Parts: sequence; C-alpha cells; structure tokens
Amino acid sequence: MLIIDCPYCGKRPEIEFSYGGEAHIARPLDPAALNDEEWAAFLYARTNPKGLHAERWRHARGCGRFFNAVRDTVSDFFVTTYKTGEARPDATKKASA
Amino acid sequence: MQNFSAFALLRRAFGGHSSWQPQWRTPEPKASYDAIIVGAGGHGLGTAYYLAKEHGMRNIAVIERGWLGGGNTGRNTTIIRSNYLFDESAALYDHSVKLWETLSEELNYNVMYSARGVMMLAHTIHDIQVFKRHVHANRANGVDNEWLTAEQAKEFCPPLNISPNLRYPVLGAALQRRGGTARHDAVAWGYARGADDMGVDIIQNCEVTGIRRDASGAVMGVDTAKGFIGAKKVGVVAAGHTSVVMAMAGMRLPLESFPLQALVSEPVKPVFPCVVMSNTVHAYISQSDKGEFVIGAGTDAFVSYSQRGGLHIPSHTLDAICELFPMFRRMRMLRNWGGIVDTTPDRSPIISKTPVPGLYVNCGWGTGGFKATPGSANVFAHTMARDEPHPINAPFTLERFRDGVMIDEAAAAAVAH
Repeated sequence: MLIIDCPYCGKRPEIEFSYGGEAHIARPLDPAALNDEEWAAFLYARTNPKGLHAERWRHARGCGRFFNAVRDTVSDFFVTTYKTGEARPDATKKASA
Repeated sequence: MQNFSAFALLRRAFGGHSSWQPQWRTPEPKASYDAIIVGAGGHGLGTAYYLAKEHGMRNIAVIERGWLGGGNTGRNTTIIRSNYLFDESAALYDHSVKLWETLSEELNYNVMYSARGVMMLAHTIHDIQVFKRHVHANRANGVDNEWLTAEQAKEFCPPLNISPNLRYPVLGAALQRRGGTARHDAVAWGYARGADDMGVDIIQNCEVTGIRRDASGAVMGVDTAKGFIGAKKVGVVAAGHTSVVMAMAGMRLPLESFPLQALVSEPVKPVFPCVVMSNTVHAYISQSDKGEFVIGAGTDAFVSYSQRGGLHIPSHTLDAICELFPMFRRMRMLRNWGGIVDTTPDRSPIISKTPVPGLYVNCGWGTGGFKATPGSANVFAHTMARDEPHPINAPFTLERFRDGVMIDEAAAAAVAH
C-alpha cells in the first residue's frame, strides 16, 4: 500500500485517498470553439507515461481536498505532492522512499 | 515443423525423446519486412499467424522486448467467455470463442481449451435484472447464456455457499456453458510455432525504441535494440505499453495503464468444476488442470507500470472467496503477481487503423484480453493486410471517441475494475 503525503494532513495510507487521473488537463475555456478532434483529445487522450506522472489525488476519507502529486509509475514512489493551482514542480527522478 | 501426434510421441519415447527439434527459430532480423508486429504476446503472434495463413504475407517479423508470451499472455487468469451485452462486443468475442473451439486442431498444438462453463453470480435485485438482460441480449445474438436459480447454481458448482445468512447471499446466476479456460502459455507457443513454420521471424529480446516515418508521415520501419528494421506496415500490439510505443509515432491515445493482479493457491485435487465470478463481491476463481486455484483480483486505482500492485487488492478478493466457498478458508496462496493492462474510457478494445499511414494498433483490452486472443488476432490481421477493418472490428476504431459512438461495456465487465 502506498503512503501518500497529503499537503494538508501529512502522510496517510493509500486507502484514505481516491485517485483523480492525470493532472494539469485544463478544461477549455470555450468548448464550443473546439472541433470534435480537440474535444475528444481533451476528454480522453492521456499521456500515460512510463516514468514521472503528474496526477490528481483526493484525500477523500480525510480532509476531503484535492491536491496534485508527481509519482514515478515504474516504482510507484512519490517524488512530491503539491497544492492544486500550483505549477507542476520541476521534479527529478529522486524518489523518496 | 514436427507434427505432434500420439504416434510421434510414442516413437520418440523409444528414442529417449532426444530427437525433438526447437519449436521455433531464433533468427537475426532482416533489413526489412513487408510487415512488423510489435509485441509477441498471444494477440501479436496470432496476428502474424493469420497474416501468413489467411493473407499470404510471409515476409513478417514479430519484435518483442522480452520473451514471447512473457507479458499479459503469461499473467492472466485464462478465462474464456463471450456473454457481452452489446451487439458489437458479442460479435467480436463470440468470433473468438468459435476459433477457440477448433484452435488445438488448427495449430496442431494442445491449447487445452476446456468449455467447463462460466458462472456469474447475482447477489442483489439489480444484479438479477442486469444478468437477465444479458441473458436475453446474448440469446438474441446467438450467444449461449442461461439464468440459473441459486439451487441450480449450487448443483452446477457444489462448493458454492448459497446460505441466506451470507452478507451478500447468492440469489441466482448467469451461466455460459461454452465459456471456460485454456492453457495461456500454449496459446502463445502454438501461434509462435505455427507462424515460424510459415516463415515469420520472431525476434525476442529486442526492444523497439522508435517508429520512423517518411516525409509524407507514412511509416518506414522501426528502430530497435538490433538496429533499424524497415517495413511499410507496423502493427502495435503492446498491451500495457501501447501508450509508450505509440508516443514514438507522436500519438496520444485514450488509454491508461493499471496493474491487474492475480494469484494462485497450492495445488489440490480437482474439486471445482467451473469458473465462478461475482461482480458485486468481487470473487473470480477457477481451478487449473494442475490443481491450483487461479484467482483474479482487481486493478490498482492509479496509473502504474510496476507489475506488482497493492496487497489490499487481492486481500479484498480473498475475503469474498472465503465467504462464497468456506472450504477454501485454510488454503494457502503460493504466488501473486501483476500485469499491466491498458484500459480505454469505454472498456472496449481498439483494433484500428491510425491517422499515421501504415501504422495499426490493437490495444485497450483492459482486464479481459485473453479470451479474445484468436478473434482479435484474426480481425487485426485482416485490418493490416487489406488496410481496412474486418466487419467485426469496424466499430472498434480510434475514431469512435471523436464521433461519440462508444461501445460502453464498462458496466458489463465480469468483475468491477
């Protein structure tokens, strides 16, 4: 089980959290201006990287708040967590155990 | 190719089994091929087999990063069924079951297909309504599926606990008698042997590192650990790593990869006659011919390529199995592992041409690709050879996400993922 460092509550076990998918996919400001390709890309296309992944988590059974994390999808180690609205940190592959 | 038969076995027994030849070659890659398949799992090897057998393309290579059949083909729980709700899915998966039925004869290789029946348990009124809807939809599509009462389910699978005192009592079940299991490794080996015999080069331990395209954008070939290999047609059948391979051609797909876990028990005498699944309590169990119980657990919630998964996931499945089958409570588990499955937003596969000329993709099988191996390979070979989809896989395009014509089997999976 993963130990996840909620930016508001600290380290807690994975079962307190729910996963929110890839982070930093902003909803288009004017959806009507998009064509079908662009709208489908927004809705469904994902990076799905083998390596560092910026993703959303929600501390659903804790403070209830959303936050973002950078995690290595090969080792599952979290590199960092940060508050929603902050830019993706310039994370390197140094994962904390 | 040495033909397998009872006579051949007997004859070589007298020679101390010393005259068997390797079942496939270990060739070095040629400079170019007519077609390249990326990924030597069951679907990829099967694609090469049908390209050679049905479409006369013999100058083909299958390129594999590890060893053949070493990915999800060797990691799944070997269940075969075709009782999917929608017409498109029923056609695809039933095409596959029909091929399973004759696959051992077709390949001269015993894939141990055993139509022992797949039973899906209903625990709530909602389950009953959904399963009955499935039974009727399946029968309208010519796919066998029948409704059983709890007593009939117990008769079909005597270890089942149908006591009304369970937290989620068994209220009935849907049974597909043609469903069952097969020997997963044998499927990869049989297709590899058959394809190799028709001249297909299977190149193992050779990672694809790039997809090269010409000025017009069309595929020219692939860069690999053993250098550049040219081909006008490249089919990507890379399961959990599809996003990684397709990114080499600059494509972003509607896929996310998750670890899906399975585990096996110690081997015991045959006591379990069929496959049993329960969506509501998440149990998924059958007994292999070796005697081990093969148990399917769920996926982790997050994108990962770790091939492990959290321990709380299989633990949850074992809770359900111990409740449904109290006789297994003291059974010990031998091994557990994870495989990386690529899931689509509608939980249906993508077997499709792509916007890149000469590039084809067969992916998105999610948590249920093994059952579809022969059918998927068969229609994908058609798609690559003719540059147009077979009528069966025509609905399973990449464009369905743009056009909003999903095949929404998400709620129809045997177990919730």
